[in-house]
This record gives sequence, C-alpha cells and structure tokens, in this order.
Amino acid sequence: MPDEAQPDGKEEGGASAPAGAKAPPAQDLRELVEREYAGAVLEQTAYKDLASEATLVVRMDALVQAGALLRDHPSARFRLLSDLTAVHYPGDERPFHVVYHLYSFDHNRRLRLKVKARDGEQVPSVVPVWGGANWMEREVYDLFGVSFKGHPDLRRILLPEDWGSHPLRKDYPLEGRGERVYTKPRRKEFGD
Amino acid sequence: MFEVESSTRVERSSVVPGTEELIINMGPQHPSTHGVLRVILRLDGETVKDCDCDIGFLHRGTEKIGENITYTMFIPYTDRLDYIAAPSSNLAWVTAVEKLFGWEIPMRAHYIRTLVAEFSRISSHLLWLATHALDIGAMTVFLWCFREREMVLDLFEHAFGARLTVNAFRLGGLFQDVPQKFLDLSQEFADLFPGRIGDYETLLTDNRIWLQRTRGVGVISADDAIDLSLTGPILRGSGVRWDIRRAQPYAAYPYLDFVVPVGENGDVYDRYLVRIEEMRQSTRIIQQCLAQLPKGPVSCKVPRTIKPPAGEVYHSIENPKGEFGFYIVSDGSETPYRVRIRPPSFVNLGGLKKLALGGLVADVVAIIGSIDIVLGECDR
Amino acid sequence: MGIAVEAVIALVKIAVVLGVVSLVVAYLTYLERKIIAHIQQRLGPMRVGWHGLLQPIADGAKLFLKEDIIPDKADKVVFVIAPIMVLVPAFVVYSVLPFSSTFYITQVNIGIFFILAVSSLGVFGIVMAGWASNSKYSLLGALRSAAQMLSYEIFLGFSIIGPLMLAGSLNMQKIVEAQSDVWFVFYQPLAFVVFFIAALAETNRVPFDLPEAETELVAGFHTEYSGMKFAFFFLAEYASIMVVSTVAVTLFFGGWQGIGWIPLPGFVWYVLKLGAMIFVFIWIRATLPRYRYDQLMRLGWKFMFPLVMANIFLTGLVKFLFL
Repeated sequence: MPDEAQPDGKEEGGASAPAGAKAPPAQDLRELVEREYAGAVLEQTAYKDLASEATLVVRMDALVQAGALLRDHPSARFRLLSDLTAVHYPGDERPFHVVYHLYSFDHNRRLRLKVKARDGEQVPSVVPVWGGANWMEREVYDLFGVSFKGHPDLRRILLPEDWGSHPLRKDYPLEGRGERVYTKPRRKEFGD
Repeated sequence: MFEVESSTRVERSSVVPGTEELIINMGPQHPSTHGVLRVILRLDGETVKDCDCDIGFLHRGTEKIGENITYTMFIPYTDRLDYIAAPSSNLAWVTAVEKLFGWEIPMRAHYIRTLVAEFSRISSHLLWLATHALDIGAMTVFLWCFREREMVLDLFEHAFGARLTVNAFRLGGLFQDVPQKFLDLSQEFADLFPGRIGDYETLLTDNRIWLQRTRGVGVISADDAIDLSLTGPILRGSGVRWDIRRAQPYAAYPYLDFVVPVGENGDVYDRYLVRIEEMRQSTRIIQQCLAQLPKGPVSCKVPRTIKPPAGEVYHSIENPKGEFGFYIVSDGSETPYRVRIRPPSFVNLGGLKKLALGGLVADVVAIIGSIDIVLGECDR
Repeated sequence: MGIAVEAVIALVKIAVVLGVVSLVVAYLTYLERKIIAHIQQRLGPMRVGWHGLLQPIADGAKLFLKEDIIPDKADKVVFVIAPIMVLVPAFVVYSVLPFSSTFYITQVNIGIFFILAVSSLGVFGIVMAGWASNSKYSLLGALRSAAQMLSYEIFLGFSIIGPLMLAGSLNMQKIVEAQSDVWFVFYQPLAFVVFFIAALAETNRVPFDLPEAETELVAGFHTEYSGMKFAFFFLAEYASIMVVSTVAVTLFFGGWQGIGWIPLPGFVWYVLKLGAMIFVFIWIRATLPRYRYDQLMRLGWKFMFPLVMANIFLTGLVKFLFL
C-alpha cells in the first residue's frame, strides 16, 4: 500500500506566495471572482498577511456562484470545504458572519470566505457546491439560528428539536435563559 | 427523523400478505455505535433503505466554554474532545494559538510534540482496530490491540502523569521536559510494535471472512469523498494522497521521513489497510524523533498574561480521524472571541448516509467502524 | 418386575446423564473462557476458586438469583415457553448418545435420525423467543436464526449420509463399531468438512453467530431475556455444542474406539476426542470474524450443497463398484 512519497510539500501552507510581491494574499482569487461577478468581493484581509489566512468577504447573493467558480476554476480548485461556521457580533448591522474555510488540493492553499448576514436573514446554502456543508450548516442553524436557503434538510443537529434558543449567540448567557431548569417534584410532606 | 407509521394495523388484502419497512434504532445504547451515537435505520428485510444520525448526546458546549476562558485554560478541554487521541487535540489547539501569536517554538518541544502526537495516533488507531474488528466479530484482535494500547497509555503516564486526558502541551512548548525513562520506553515500544502489527494482520488481512465483510462495502469514490468534506484515512482510502502532516507540515514533521499510504477502492478494507500502514509509519516517525531529538529548552518565553493581537486564524492538523482544526477569532483580550472546533468525526459521520444506503445492517456496523468516530469530538 | 427394574435403571441413568451433562456444560463455559483468555494473552476467570474453577457455579447461582424480567409488551406465555423449548430438545438428544460401548441410556435403531429430528426442534424455541419478546432486534435475530438453522439443517443431514452409507446403519453403536478399522473421516473428508461447518452454523457459533451477533443485534433473539431464562438459552447452546461434537466423534472419529495399541477405556477415548472437538469450536471462536447474512446463505447453498451432493454420489458410486 505505501507508495512513493508525494512531491515535497515543505512550504508552510502557501508561504510559497511570491516573496516580495506586494499583492496581499488571495489577490489573484479576488480578481478571478471579480472578473466573473463584478462587485462580489466586498473586503479582502489576511491576518498578518499570512497566505494561509487569506480572507475574502463576498456578497451574499454571489456566494453560491463564487463558490462554484472557486471550486471549478483551474487556477483555484477549492474542492474541499474544510469547515463552515459562524461568528456572532451582536452590535453590528450584519451580526452573523458565516465563515467558509476552503482548501485546494491542486494548489495546496487555503482560503477563507465570509458572508455577513442580518439577523433573521437567510443565507444561501452551499450544499449544491460542497455536499459536506449539509451537516455544518445544520450545526450553524442549530447553534446560531442562522437559516440557510435551499438547504435540503435544515433541522437541529446537536441540540434537541425543542431547545428553542441558540447557545453560541453572544447574548446567550452561561446560565439562566435557555437552560432547562430542573425543578424537583414537590415531595409530599407528612400530613399533606 | 422519519415518519413513524402509526401502530394501527392497516387493513390488508387477504390474498397477498403485506410487508412493512422496519425502522430500527441503533443506539444510543448499542454495542457498536461507539459511544452515544443513535442511528435510525429504515430497513427492508435487512437492506438499509434510509439512514439518519441523531447526535448531540454528548454536547457540552465546548465552543461556548472556549469563549469564556483564557487560552491556557482551554487546553484541558481539548483533551475531552478527541479523548482517544488527547495529545493530538492539544497539539491542534496550541499550534493554532501559537500561530495567532507568531511564537517560535524550540526544536526540542517540536520533536517531543511530534513524538507524543504519533503515539496518540497509534493509540487511536489501536482502539479503532480493536473495536472495528470486534464489530465484525473478530474478538481476539480486540484484546491484542488493548495490550499494546496499554503500553502507550503507560508511556503517557510516564511523561505527563495521566493516561487518557493527558493535557500534554502548553502554549509555547511543554510544561517540562520528558523524563529519560519515557524516551527509553518509547524506544522499546517502537522496536516491538511493528511485530505486533504483523500479529494483527495475520488474523485479519488475508482472512477470507474479513475480506468478504469489508471488501466492496461502504465504497466511496475520491470525488464523492472530497465533496462530502471527508478527511483523514477515509479520504486516503479513496485514493487521495492528502495528509496535512505532509501538505502543510507543522511541529517537526517537515524534518521527518514518512509515507502517506493510500487505498484504491475506497471501501472498508482499504481504510483498514491505510490505518494499519499509518501505524507502521507512525512507528517510523517515532524512531526518527527519538534518533534526532535535539537538546535544548522545551518552551519559548511566554508572557504571564497571554493576550494575542486581534485577528483570526484557522489552523488544522492531521488528527488520527482526519482534519482537526481550530478557528480562533481574537478580539485582543485574554479570552478568545470565538473558538470553532473543526471536528473530523462530525464531518466524516455526515458521510455515513452515503456510505450505508443499500447495504445490510451488518454493513452499517462495519462502516461506522471504518469511519472511526469519537463522539466527544463529534458532539463537542 | 423386569420392567420396573429396567425403568429404575433407566431413571438412574437419566439422572446421572442429566446431572453430569449440566455440570459439564457449565464447565464448558469455563473452559471456553479460559481457552479464549489464553489465546488472547490474558488469564480469564481467576477469582472464584483456584484459577477460577468455581466460576461456573458462581455464575449459575447469580443467574438463578437474578430478577426475572418479562417485558411489558411481551407475549408472556410464549416468552416463558420459548427457553424451555430450546433447552429440552438439546437435552433429550443425550438419551441416544453412546458414551461408551456399555454406557448409554437407550439404543435406538434410528439413533442418528432421532438426534437430527429432535435437535432441529430447537429452532422453534428461538423463533418463539424472538417473536414473543416484541423487540425488533429479537425479531431480526429470530428470523436470521430460522433461515440459518433450517438451511444448515439440510447440509448437516446430507453430510452424514456418506458415513451412514458406509456404516449401513442408523444405530449409533453400530456406526461406531463399523469404524473399528478405519475412522470414517479418512473415507469421508468432504463430508466431515461440510458437517463441521454446518455444525458451527447449527449451534450459532462464530463465524455463524449472526442470530446473536452482539454488535449488530445487541443479543439477537435473547436480547430481552435475563436470569434463569437466559441461562436456559446459554445452557442449550453449549449442550448443542456437546451434541454435535459427539455426533462428529461418533460418525467420523470412531466414537469410543481407541487407537489400537494404547490401552485406555472407551469412555476416556470418547472424552478425549470430544474435548479436542470442542477445543476446535472454541479456537475458531477466538480466531474468526463473523459472516454476513447473505454471505452465510451463499456459502451454504452455492458451495456446501453441491459439495455434499457430490460426496453422496461419489460414496454411492465407490460402494457400488468396489464393495
């Protein structure tokens, strides 16, 4: 079963980005998406300019198309949806940032996509693009209450069906609301 | 969930006896669901027509906890995610946080971390092999595997004082250097273990019944596996040569020589072969770590209060089960703003339906075994 | 008068055989645990008595004292009858087994036929248990068991025809005597292989333990049983192992006949051969994984059935031409 070792991959995730080039990470991907869908990318960031932390914030209505493009285009090929999650920023106008971590086997690089959603707004589901999003979107729906448009089977996944609130929201307290309070059935006292 | 048919008997024609589909609950208390997994199967005879998982019985809100405690305090919680391979979970967390800070870790710490992470891979794969074989009815492999797993747990005890939830690593390196006895015993184990793998293989690899039970069962193509975000040995069993240790190396992996085994058919048997070979490769890595182990400090300078800059990182490692990652959003305070655990078991379990449809009940058991889940990390 | 004496003798024999068999069956579980333990490099029961020798007694006492649970939704009458239906045939069979040339309860002209007929009754008890438990796991286990035992009953039956043709009798004693020169296993190796596989399936042993496959069906047809009723199933299983081992020893290994030059009593030979046979059963349990339901059926009908038929044909041909 063991085979010859695969081509040496000692470059730290994408650290092979052209050194010296001033272009921030994922500039090429931004251009790729913009060429097809003008104005789809709203922001472009990268933590400490690390290539592995390249982030594109995309417009919500362009998410599925941009995702399909990034998956299929030969210079991107982000075929693996590594992770899908959300972050809650209660004060913001668009408090729910849904975060997609993509990985490309062909180019050995990672990309983070983000969409920002209003409270109660439906985010388009990426299940048609990456089948693995099915459970991850259910989890985000379960824990954040972000709903996904076009998801084949949007049910709670970790919490019981009748939980009623979404614990990973920042306004969900560590105790109190949302927790089920166990009340001891009152014991019959002598003489009752 | 499925529509459960009402229990009232439907009036049937007296000529043709009717048949009904059977809905069967596997778990959460079932010998082969490896924890508190509940699988709801709709059966026609013994053929699986539909399959749904009910998870979350072990949900402890670990991500929420992570938002409310400091970076250091979260390390023991990672032990309780993939408790079969606790040092691996520790490693994922500490490397993610170190990426957030941009610290330089001393080489000795890197090597010891790699060594311990590979031990945890062996321990995890041994538990997988034990239970997987037991699920298919091979009982002796179970106890043989536990014999070796016991040795690995003893090693952990020598180095960290605990066997299962070891809390092995600290931010910036290790808490203290490992004792010499640990290294000696590790060497002893690494010399002994390949022979023991051979023992397991004599019982299984060419066993006709084992082949019949695992070959062609739970087949998934490479494209489907990628589409379903399956990672780890399942993906490699389908022929995708992707291992984060090799593709995006961390710790001491860039300096080590090992082979990433892949399968061809993507069935239960290939996943079995991949994991068996991974155990061999882990032993090789351990040998190399012990031979190359550099001298020096085991921790970089860590400030008393750990306050990272604001920002976000995603860092994943090759856990025995697949890609185990942390997505940390920091707002510059002492506690993370958001901790996201990328759980391989959870994502891989999402592929169960695809794998199990059309098979028999006995295949479901083999497939769950071959996915290798641990519910602590699946439910978080 | 003669009849009364014979009846008393028969009763005493029955009591002796029942008592000894029950005890032996109990110790069979001990033997199995010890052998498997050593194959798996552990010690097995060590606490009760010297090297755990009293373990079966303790187990029996425990099972005897355990609360007897009958599920609420179960069909109570059938639920209670089922374990008895399984246990009784398993013990009745002992009435015709030749333990030695002189010690047996009775000689029946159609001894081997009687064994097959009675032991196949056990499947009714299993189906009843599965049905009466009103549990899906039990039902699936019972269905598997019914299909498996009925199929393998056929191969078991056909596989012994070869030796019977050679012996020319259905009487167990006569069959043994017919092997005074050469054991039938040397004349009938194919028949023995099929017989042994079918026997494994008949007794629901690994690799054919699907009816009680604990990792799929929890415990199969006896999922809902506890206490003494569970013990009945357990006893029946081990009693059947003894029976099929005895039949195998009788038909293929010359029963209580020794190897000429070693002077041991017939009974000792019988026990030695039986022990070896049972050891193989246990050894297989420790080694092999479990077949899948459809594979089990395929193995039976596509492989063993033609094999056993060819064996009968060959035996007949050879006998017709040369004897």
